[in-house]
Amino acid sequence: MEVSMTVNGRAVSADVEPRTLLVHFLRENLRLTGTHVGCETGYCGACTVHVDGKAVKSCTMLAVQAEGADVKTIESLASNGNLHPVQEGFWERHGLQCGFCTPGMIMASVALLDENNNPSEDEIRHGIEGNLCRCTGYHNIVRAVEYAGAKMRGEEPPPPDWEGGE
Amino acid sequence: MTAPSRVRPARVAGGVGDSTLRPDGIPKLEGSFEYAQDLWQEGALWGATTRSPHAHARIVAVDVSPALSIGGVHAVLTADDVPGSPTFGLEHSDQPVLASDVINYWGEPVALVAAEDRDTARRAAAAVKVRYEILEPLTDPGEADTRDEAFRRIRIRRGDQEASGPVVVEGYYETAMQDQAPLGTEAGLAVPDGQGGVDLFATSQFLHVDHEQVVASLGLSADQVRAHPTGIGGAFGSREDVNLHIHLCMLALRTGQPVKMVYDRSESFTGHVHRHPARMWYRHEANRDGTLARVEARILLDGGAYASTTPAVLANASYFAVGPYKCDSVAVDGVGTRTNNPPCGAMRGFGAVQVCFAYETQMDRLADALSMDPIELRRKNALTTGDHFATTGQIIETPLPTVEVLESLAAMPLPADSESDLLPGGSGLTTEARHVMRGIGYAIGIKNLGFSEGFDDYSQARVRLAGSGAVVETAAIEVGQGLVTVLAQIARTALGISDVTVEHVDTSRIDSAGSTSASRQTQVSGGAVLKAATTLRDRILHHHDGDDLTDQGVLRNGDVIVTMGELVADDWQETATFRHPPTTAPDEYGQGKLHADFAVAGHRAVVDVDPELGLVRVIRVDTAQDVGKALNPEAVLGQIEGGIMQGVGLAVMEELVVEEGIIRNPNFTDYLLPTILDAPDVEALLIEEDGSWGPFGAKGVGEPPTISSTAAVAAAIRAATGKAIERVPVRPQDIAL
Ligand code: FES
Ligand code: FES
Repeated sequence: MEVSMTVNGRAVSADVEPRTLLVHFLRENLRLTGTHVGCETGYCGACTVHVDGKAVKSCTMLAVQAEGADVKTIESLASNGNLHPVQEGFWERHGLQCGFCTPGMIMASVALLDENNNPSEDEIRHGIEGNLCRCTGYHNIVRAVEYAGAKMRGEEPPPPDWEGGE
Repeated sequence: MTAPSRVRPARVAGGVGDSTLRPDGIPKLEGSFEYAQDLWQEGALWGATTRSPHAHARIVAVDVSPALSIGGVHAVLTADDVPGSPTFGLEHSDQPVLASDVINYWGEPVALVAAEDRDTARRAAAAVKVRYEILEPLTDPGEADTRDEAFRRIRIRRGDQEASGPVVVEGYYETAMQDQAPLGTEAGLAVPDGQGGVDLFATSQFLHVDHEQVVASLGLSADQVRAHPTGIGGAFGSREDVNLHIHLCMLALRTGQPVKMVYDRSESFTGHVHRHPARMWYRHEANRDGTLARVEARILLDGGAYASTTPAVLANASYFAVGPYKCDSVAVDGVGTRTNNPPCGAMRGFGAVQVCFAYETQMDRLADALSMDPIELRRKNALTTGDHFATTGQIIETPLPTVEVLESLAAMPLPADSESDLLPGGSGLTTEARHVMRGIGYAIGIKNLGFSEGFDDYSQARVRLAGSGAVVETAAIEVGQGLVTVLAQIARTALGISDVTVEHVDTSRIDSAGSTSASRQTQVSGGAVLKAATTLRDRILHHHDGDDLTDQGVLRNGDVIVTMGELVADDWQETATFRHPPTTAPDEYGQGKLHADFAVAGHRAVVDVDPELGLVRVIRVDTAQDVGKALNPEAVLGQIEGGIMQGVGLAVMEELVVEEGIIRNPNFTDYLLPTILDAPDVEALLIEEDGSWGPFGAKGVGEPPTISSTAAVAAAIRAATGKAIERVPVRPQDIAL
């Protein structure tokens, strides 16, 4: 089946099997391997991308269902060598270890902050609860999103936990 | 000539003690970091595995023709196609590369397929026709013990076996099978070199030992196979054993094409070993003042179908059966059984986790029986430097701040009663706040660092000058823990040069770094880097008669006498191998200097429980951990927060449900992992002291966070509910009924 969509601002089209998942289309046809597969059953969120501005688990969607859509993956976030504030937050606040969950976490967090750039800690947790991380215990992920929110509001990010004592 | 007095390297930016950011962070954030899943070569085929649907069966016939006749299939291989050793194994070569005769566990590999795309490969793997004669599986480890189906038995007898105390507590405890569940599944790519050899890029924790096993089963010489490090999405023990490694190479060599394989999540659950489920019987006898008079334990770990690391995990469970306590009369009997359950092996904490749940529950019961404060009881028995280790009798030679751990933990502030907006049960919100009971529980644990029992535990590293600074070469695997950060920090501080990068190199370019396990890489590979870097600096300074080395080059009296560019052109390099202090094999009573170093950590858990619905929310887990020296404090905290989360998982939700040898929940919908809503707050105190043999006094920090966090959460639930809580994970019915 022929499918066409915009991925990271670029028009793409390809001939795919009707059962091809969006995540496999991105990873294998387009070689955009920043979007990861952790479960293929819609549970872990490692495959989160934006489809028409909304965070979507790309293993829960067929490529053909994205026909005509505007898809954004982790590869599109940084511009001209500048990290997106959310990427910067994950970097500055040690929000990743193995990094396998990170692209999905970041895409989910960007969607959250796009809707509400001043979320409470609880709102952050509820906003990205569909994304699993096995390494970090999530603490620094929350700090990373707080950092990014502050940046996006034009404020000074809160200092890291490990500075300035307890 | 008098040797110039050398200045010790000045504090270097990004050196030891800084919370340096990860060098692999930017590519991981941008999506350009290459994980094993992402590897690809033009013309690569996809591999897939045919697995047994039975836990125990005889293979009567295998017919590969239905698979071969599918268009796009290039090869279908069975046991007959294994060119070399038909079996592999980390410690004992007992596991068939492909089953030829008997199936011993559910999901055991029988055939391999290479095809032009993933779907075709999977379809062909399903099309391989295997005729089985189903056999009765042995799935009860107790019965396996009776039948003497054992990978190892351990008998520890120390001190006066007649000793006794007036206050006695006995208990029986169980822990379930836990999965490491790294977010990245098993994956890899094998590329034939056109001359009969192969390059393997696959998920691993122990490159050189993968290599050995691959070479043996391929029947090739060592130099014909190169195992390369790849990007890894977490490990936690699951990648110590070979799984798809030999398979990938067989398919690549047979087809003459690169072959790629990625396990899906359910295959991953059968494709790697798990944390051993345990059954533990305990008897503690104490004097009226609370001192331990005698500890007896019987420990049964089910190893499942093949040995993997069961002998070593059992050793750990047995040697750490008393915990960080003094006791001069000890009897421990351990057995690691062989059954038709899924094979078990390494997972973070490696045997020390299971027994900690048991001995800490015993300590709480003992405190109860003595009407004594549980912290006071622990303090009274706390093991410290200079004491005899209760089981092996060895004298603790390195710092062991057990008392400091306990005291700091008890002194940490408790949360206010109202401190939690989230109720047990999460977004279901069926819990009413007025039903919620709060409980607080303490536990402390101990574990060995590095390999024990006389194992020659070493690591090789190379430091060379290149580019505009130095490069560290190692085969040690970065699995996300931050080794790549800390090795560079060590080299910076030792060399006095800030421009240092780490390069992970393949098995043909360097000797083994040992396994990324046993919390050992910072200490052992870090030790190798420190040794190489220190020697290199000394050699350079001696050669040029300089007194300092910096990013500028060699200095004498503050002037640059040789520039870094000139040094780099001279190709300076140093290779060093580090070994930790030797250990001995146990005698027949389990006695000897079996362990090179220890770490203690303690946890205090605060939980809210809805006793009617049986729901638990872990509010916070505070911790004090013996770290020797925190080389990267923030990375240490990351290990602590992540490790605690896995301990909490085992306490309240993570369980591989195995019935008749079959895993009933091999997916993330049914095998529950803690989410961000389950994550407790963590306050951590790092206890530093000098004297460990790790670089700059560092101790391994990866495992201690998982040892006693499970036990602390269980104790907190016990405190909230008054229920016995003798098994983890705690299920709603354990609380509500
Ligand atoms: S891979 Fe899509 S949710 Fe896990
Ligand atoms: S950093 Fe490894 S899964 Fe999140």
